[in-house]
Amino acid sequence: MAVLRARKTNNEADQPSSPVLRFGSDKPLKLDAGTLLSPFQIAYQTYGTLNDARSNAILVCHALTGDQHVASTNPVTGKPGWWEVLIGPGKIIDTNRFFVICSNVIGGCLGSTGPASTNPATGKPYGLDLPIITIRDMVRAQQMLIDHFGIEKLFCVLGGSMGGMQVLEWASSYPERVFSALPIATGARHSSQNIAFHEVGRQAVMADPDWHGGKYFEHGKRPEKGLAVARMAAHITYLSEAALHRKFGRNLQDREALTFGFDADFQIESYLRHQGMTFVDRFDANSYLYMTRSMDYFDLAADHGGRLADAFAGTKTRFCLVSFTSDWLFPTEESRSIVHALNAAGASVSFVEIETDRGHDAFLLDEPELFAAINGFIGSAARARGLTS
Amino acid sequence: MSVNRDQRVDLEVVANLIPPQSRVLDVGSGDGSLLELLQDTKQVDGRGLELSQRGVNECVARGLSVIQGDADKDLEFYPDKGFDFVVLSQTLQATRNPKLVLDELLRIGNRAIVSFPNFGHWRVRLSLFIQGRMPVTKDLPYSWYDTPNIHFCTIRDFVNLCDELGATVEKATALDANGQKIGLSMPWWFWNFFGQQAVFLLKR
Repeated sequence: MAVLRARKTNNEADQPSSPVLRFGSDKPLKLDAGTLLSPFQIAYQTYGTLNDARSNAILVCHALTGDQHVASTNPVTGKPGWWEVLIGPGKIIDTNRFFVICSNVIGGCLGSTGPASTNPATGKPYGLDLPIITIRDMVRAQQMLIDHFGIEKLFCVLGGSMGGMQVLEWASSYPERVFSALPIATGARHSSQNIAFHEVGRQAVMADPDWHGGKYFEHGKRPEKGLAVARMAAHITYLSEAALHRKFGRNLQDREALTFGFDADFQIESYLRHQGMTFVDRFDANSYLYMTRSMDYFDLAADHGGRLADAFAGTKTRFCLVSFTSDWLFPTEESRSIVHALNAAGASVSFVEIETDRGHDAFLLDEPELFAAINGFIGSAARARGLTS
Repeated sequence: MSVNRDQRVDLEVVANLIPPQSRVLDVGSGDGSLLELLQDTKQVDGRGLELSQRGVNECVARGLSVIQGDADKDLEFYPDKGFDFVVLSQTLQATRNPKLVLDELLRIGNRAIVSFPNFGHWRVRLSLFIQGRMPVTKDLPYSWYDTPNIHFCTIRDFVNLCDELGATVEKATALDANGQKIGLSMPWWFWNFFGQQAVFLLKR
């Protein structure tokens, strides 16, 4: 089953089951690394209908291991879309009203050009021959997708975590194309601690002998053990101590007593192993390296002479930021410093901190206060944009 | 924030001072009553700063542009003259450094509107004078040990502070216990005695 799924993931890289937009040599993607990516492709999903004025489009930016299947069944896992709790007909982001676009980021592995995609120069997967991809590169590609739809101004750009970084980059790079921005559980830069966690994950992948310097497809292998360990470590950072304790405590897994061995005696061990194992079925190891690197490199203030407020100078975009009390990956202070910068830039900004013990992952879960905030913000932005309900 | 919501007769007085389509920052926006009133009746571009997270979340859910923050700490992040009006209603007495806060209001806004409960009101004086106890009234329902209001002042005190900060009083209104405006022709001592709340429009 795992092998089948692995093959399926690999196929999704070149021939995704979602719509795909291909750019030929006449339209290369300019990368921050200093090179051009060409040809390249963007895989995407849309939900709802674009209105005649093209004013009801919402772009959803996915997180580290997300994909374009935000509100429909994932073709690799067969599971519901990753934000179906929020987006869909009659939901808070109502696809009967809005035209929702979500694309796989450049560097991803579900159909947009990434390390698992075939390099036209060699006929083999890019592997590490793909230049490093930045958050700004992802956004530049998304902007070309938005052009393709003939959308001048997005009604809203939203996303959490790495998706939130893209939202901030959108608002900073293309302020005239973003009417409202909703960055959730994110930061304007990746902290030292977060880079450290990512480095542990990358080293785990690269230490797996099946990684083969990134050329594992050519050896008919995949560094599953390394990637699983990377995911296990990362997964801990998405939760909180309180939530782990509430959910698992020191409970034992299918046994009455300790075994005095290294089996998964504790439920938390068993849970993490399961998280690691299911992750490798759906995600490409090299893509994981590229995604984590893009976040590490993100520093919006550094791109603007060290002053974050200058990233938003003169902006007319309406902002709403959301953080969670137990998120230790992107603590509230990260959002607050963005809010202060937006204040200094004279921007319209709302900021909600939500009390929860569910950690960073709270943004993906059924959080009534999160939904109330998004609902209020989207509603008032829609009135200001002249969108009738 | 710190005063009984049902008694907010000052809100309309504040709203009447603000012309349509102004850019307004409401410091201590509470549950958003004033911002909502201003948006509905004056179509202002309104923003809020509120200390309590509960208040902020309520405001944002109602579509208001409000952030969580502290008047004592977070005003420094706003640019000079970024707003036409900065409103501080019933919050001054709960700040740690009212002088600094007022100074910041005058920096951020072209005009500042400040409303506060008058500690010179005759009921307050009577409570201290006759009973020898800190006053607990309908407007100021807290006991001395649990009150968030740590810097009470009288109308006269406030006028002195404005002088010290070089602020001009463009308009002042005192409201009596029934929320009625006290006649303009009355002298300061009369306002200070019968005014339960005061609303000042300031410029510097």
